[in-house]
Amino acid sequence: MDLADLYRDVIVDHNKRPRNFGRLEHPNRDAEGHNPLCGDRLHVFLDVEDDLIRDVRFEGKGCAISTASASLMTEAIKGKRLAEVRHLFEEVHDMLTRQDAPVPADLGKLAALSGVREFPARVKCASLCWHTLNAALARAAAPATTE
Amino acid sequence: MAAQPGALAPLDVMRIRQDFPILARKIRGRPLVYLDNGASAQRPQSVIEAESDYYRMHHANVHRGVHTLSQEATELFEGAREKLRRFVNARSDREIVFVRGTTEAINLVAQAWGRPRLGPGDEIVITWLEHHANIVPWQQLCEQTGATLKVVPIDRRGVVDFDAYLALLGGRTRMVAIAHVSNALGTVLPVERFVAAARERGIATLVDGAQAVPHQRVDVQALGCDFYAFSGHKLYGPTGIGVLYGREAQLASMPPWQGGGDMILTVSFEGTTYNSLPYKFEAGTPNIAGAIALGAAVDYVETIGLDRIAQHEADLLAYATGRLAAVDGLSIIGTAPDKASLVSFVVEGVHPHDLGTILDAEGVAIRTGHHCAMPVMDFFGVPATARASFAFYNTHAEIDALVTALGHAREMLG
Repeated sequence: MDLADLYRDVIVDHNKRPRNFGRLEHPNRDAEGHNPLCGDRLHVFLDVEDDLIRDVRFEGKGCAISTASASLMTEAIKGKRLAEVRHLFEEVHDMLTRQDAPVPADLGKLAALSGVREFPARVKCASLCWHTLNAALARAAAPATTE
Repeated sequence: MAAQPGALAPLDVMRIRQDFPILARKIRGRPLVYLDNGASAQRPQSVIEAESDYYRMHHANVHRGVHTLSQEATELFEGAREKLRRFVNARSDREIVFVRGTTEAINLVAQAWGRPRLGPGDEIVITWLEHHANIVPWQQLCEQTGATLKVVPIDRRGVVDFDAYLALLGGRTRMVAIAHVSNALGTVLPVERFVAAARERGIATLVDGAQAVPHQRVDVQALGCDFYAFSGHKLYGPTGIGVLYGREAQLASMPPWQGGGDMILTVSFEGTTYNSLPYKFEAGTPNIAGAIALGAAVDYVETIGLDRIAQHEADLLAYATGRLAAVDGLSIIGTAPDKASLVSFVVEGVHPHDLGTILDAEGVAIRTGHHCAMPVMDFFGVPATARASFAFYNTHAEIDALVTALGHAREMLG
């Protein structure tokens, strides 16, 4: 277990300068996510047409892992089809929770989050944005939660 | 807290540390620096042995058998109650109810004292810096009875506004429930003044002493409160055991809050007569081993001496406050003039959760989060803080380790 494996350069960079940060002018889907354990809050805004994510932004307050994960997620899903996004979610979920799973080659920059699984207390930080995304896609009325 | 530095012989901390087996542990290859005592303190060997001796030599159910073991268990259990009575200077053993902890004690009072008494228009007064355990049971009681919760404001230092408190006490105020020491900020409330003002007006009082009893001598008769609640595990005792002190006249006037064995005198299908105090509030087989080990924890604390503990911890607080205030980008949350030995803080550019992880890699254990005091976090406009909370076994060197690790966190993420 090495801290440098958790706080990789990509994570530190995306925490300091989160991409796609802020509100979307005209979202047609959005959801709020909350991790009651640490107080992290995220709001994900989507512009979805047919099954294409045309645009995505997020805002909120959280730790480096949750902020960087959300930033990386927005980069990864923008311009993707919903089926691809669902596939990505499953790959990220496995990467975060399965100690022995190999990190898929097609994850790109998201692979920087693979160090999180060595820190079980922090897995929810990384997964909050994905649960929030799912809630937005499901047009969930209730806020997403990691619990 | 109370003692003046230099007034008493200092503690031999290095010798005391040897009483706590866990303090010899390594975390990720580094010596453990345990600064999360406000969440739960560690146990000395004597407490661990009291619990294991009980199970190895004396265990049977209490208040039930004529056989030797049952008598021994009962004597040990009731002996622990007497130790706790002396510890808080209650008048009688009948005023010491064993519960699971502070949370259960407050729920007991809310339900058994409050529910039969309160109705629409009645008011309960708490403060802004309460732990959720001293908020939610009263909110539930309000929902059940139609009573209203009133909250005394705090200022930017984390000091409760006494004048605002007095202004909130009205003709319909029935209960004042306040923390003795804030777990999130460390503020020590002048509870004597708060209780006296309530008593003058005939208002009942409960003091949440979870964060106070490990650090200072508490005398419930001098305080004058009706109820005083605390937990064993913050007092170097086991988890799952705590104490509700209740003034005898109050406890006697309250119905039981749980039914079952041990809390009855006679049961028939036509009706039941309840047992005397404190057993009326101790339905079912209690946490016998926990109570006995808590008695051992009180023995241990008294052997060291609460005045010397307070003196050592005041020194730790002053040293930590000075060192932390000098850390670039660090802001201390909670700057009341009278504080228990804990420091809540935030570091610019580094979320408390990341601090917790980075410090842990260097063996430093602190609490990060909202400390079950979300209204306090909202008041200061932060989602969470980092909190270092000290015990009498902590040292300046450990505070230095904390400060060094904070520097590394800033380098890594700042």
